Amino acid sequence: MARYVSIWFPHLTTDRLVLKRPELAGTSFVLASPSRGRVVVKAASPQAQASGIVEGMVAADARAVLPSLEVIEDDAELAEKLLNALAKWTLRYTPLAAIDLDDGLILDATGCTHLWGGEMAYLKDIVARLKGSGYDVRAAMADTIAAAWAVCRFGKSQRIVAPGAQLDALLPLPPTALRLDPITVDKMYKLGFYQIKSFVYMAPSVLRRRFGQALLDRLGQALGHVHEGFAPIHPPEPFAERLPCLEPIRTAPGIEIALQKLLEMLCSRLVKEGQGVRKVILKCYRIDGEMRQVEIGTSFASCSTGHLFKLFELKIPTIEPALGIELFVLEAPVVEPLGEQQDQLFNVGAANKWVEIAELLDRLVARAGPDISHRYLPAQHYWPERCTLEAASLKEQPQTPWRTDRPRPVHLLQEPQKVEVSAPVPDYPPMLFRYQGEVHKITRADGPERIEQEWWIQQGLHRDYYTVEDESGARFWIFRLGHYQDDNKPEWFIHGYFA
Amino acid sequence: METANDKNELVARLRAQILSLQGVRVASHHKQIGTGLGPIQAAFPQGAFPVGAMHEFISTDQGQSAATSGFMAALAGFLMKQDGICLWVGMHRTVFPPALSFFGVAPERVIFIDVKKERDLLWMIEEGLRCQALSAVIGQVQEIGLTASRRLQLACEQSNVTGLLHRINPRSMNPVAAVCRWQISPLPTEGQAELPGIGHPRWNVQLLKIRNGHPGSWQVQWDNQNLKSIRTQDSPGKGQLLQAG
Repeated sequence: MARYVSIWFPHLTTDRLVLKRPELAGTSFVLASPSRGRVVVKAASPQAQASGIVEGMVAADARAVLPSLEVIEDDAELAEKLLNALAKWTLRYTPLAAIDLDDGLILDATGCTHLWGGEMAYLKDIVARLKGSGYDVRAAMADTIAAAWAVCRFGKSQRIVAPGAQLDALLPLPPTALRLDPITVDKMYKLGFYQIKSFVYMAPSVLRRRFGQALLDRLGQALGHVHEGFAPIHPPEPFAERLPCLEPIRTAPGIEIALQKLLEMLCSRLVKEGQGVRKVILKCYRIDGEMRQVEIGTSFASCSTGHLFKLFELKIPTIEPALGIELFVLEAPVVEPLGEQQDQLFNVGAANKWVEIAELLDRLVARAGPDISHRYLPAQHYWPERCTLEAASLKEQPQTPWRTDRPRPVHLLQEPQKVEVSAPVPDYPPMLFRYQGEVHKITRADGPERIEQEWWIQQGLHRDYYTVEDESGARFWIFRLGHYQDDNKPEWFIHGYFA
Repeated sequence: METANDKNELVARLRAQILSLQGVRVASHHKQIGTGLGPIQAAFPQGAFPVGAMHEFISTDQGQSAATSGFMAALAGFLMKQDGICLWVGMHRTVFPPALSFFGVAPERVIFIDVKKERDLLWMIEEGLRCQALSAVIGQVQEIGLTASRRLQLACEQSNVTGLLHRINPRSMNPVAAVCRWQISPLPTEGQAELPGIGHPRWNVQLLKIRNGHPGSWQVQWDNQNLKSIRTQDSPGKGQLLQAG
């Protein structure tokens, strides 16, 4: 049997403002923002409301009603931010909390209340704590979200609707409590339906003809016949393990033992379900209220305790236990099915080889960061800087063969470096060139090989590459940028070394 | 009494370890690799290239460094055969992957690790050497001490992965625990007066140190995916040296 709690903050934004600016407490002020050329009141403090100022009034009218009124600019996103923060805070009461715009929260309290000694105590604790922190708050509990919502906002004194008793609780409430659109509500009032009990027993076909399917859906949700969606802010991790400690843990061996246990629990579950993790987070909750977390990633789905432990081992020294860790939580947010994905790499027969290499790369990446390992595939470009393509995964195979019809240097400089040359004959390789203060006298040369810029990628001059050899036998790849012109001499660059 | 026995045992075990470190058990462990090494093959103990060991390459300038990369790629190609995978670890990588296919290595089978911090470099090479799925690990370092190199050599011996350690511009030629020390320098194109242009890559391969083998020097060229001996006019004695070595 599900139990839901609806929490309503009647003055959410104004309460927040009072918390931030205590001098506003007990004064009349409104939050307003421009809308269609007028400044409209978005929220009013309880004192202002007592003077008859309501939401939706034009600020100028409100000032006329109450000249001492302070008008403060409204932040449209504040409510959502506040609700998110509050919903996170309520995670101490239940793992499933959702925000209910514009001014409420919904908690799935199923199976949680006995920890507080019953539903009444549970609800009282929530309300007392929220009130203690300065928010005006009302809460109610029922079997359905809709019933809890209605009772919370419109109920007279009842706070807890006993299981199965939604209908009785709803009977005296106004139709607005069903979260209907204003047009339907107006129509109902016109027909004299001031309370839910005036129409709830009518035949569904009659209600549908008059008010549409929406009313029936809302009624069904409130009574529990129709399912209502619930979107928790913090969806539970399907793969997570917890390990509370009797005594706070402060040493690295202690953390290792805890980690080993957690990994064993996680991996045994993963193996049963045929899943492997791609990302694992270890959260360490310390007794001083702080939380430290370390994260590892793998390049393939893995459920091997040994491998995951090795990856974490590198990170354990970065965890600061301070006064001690009382709770370890191991979460696996990214999980993939462990298929037979491993046999494709490099057409290697043994899948083991693949796994070993992937594990090795994981370890290297865990130590030094994600962008250290590279593998290249051929790209169909002549321009040397563009003729390789980084492989996206270990499995990727080249689509085209590597070209070996043109000489390419075994060492390529990151950027071509300028050299001074003496080239007496245009369109011939130079006689000698000077690079980094050293003069290389060229004895033999091949070329030129002209490589043009690809105009659809980049504009620029072409390069005429020569393979040259100096007296000692060292071989270089040098190029001339552009043509010989009448007025300017072209520049020469060195771009690589041949073996 | 017991402790004395333990000590004796320990000493015996240590002796055995020292022997294995000195390369006594080499013969059974080292498998034959392809015969592409041509003339150099004879220099190795029992004529087999030492697999599962560290090879040290020293280069002192850019030309040598490029020649060494080519030679190492050729060795890696022999070690990888058709389906092996090689790890290339270094700080400032200049190797141009497409060029590796000239030396019989499929560039997509090489995984490059570009290390950013120097203190990670040796750790990564060692970690690579411990991975039995790799055929070869090529490491580019500048300085390495004896202790660190011994760690690498031990990792090689355990996993039977071949390590090729390229020391670029080392400050001193300090000894390291590798089975071979190589120096490769480029040779100018010669003997093709009638043909213009540049021929096959030509190297002067010096095997400065080899454990239980015969050091020597060879002039070779990389031709048709094989190393072939060349005899130049000015050094007719090289051929004999090769025979002797």
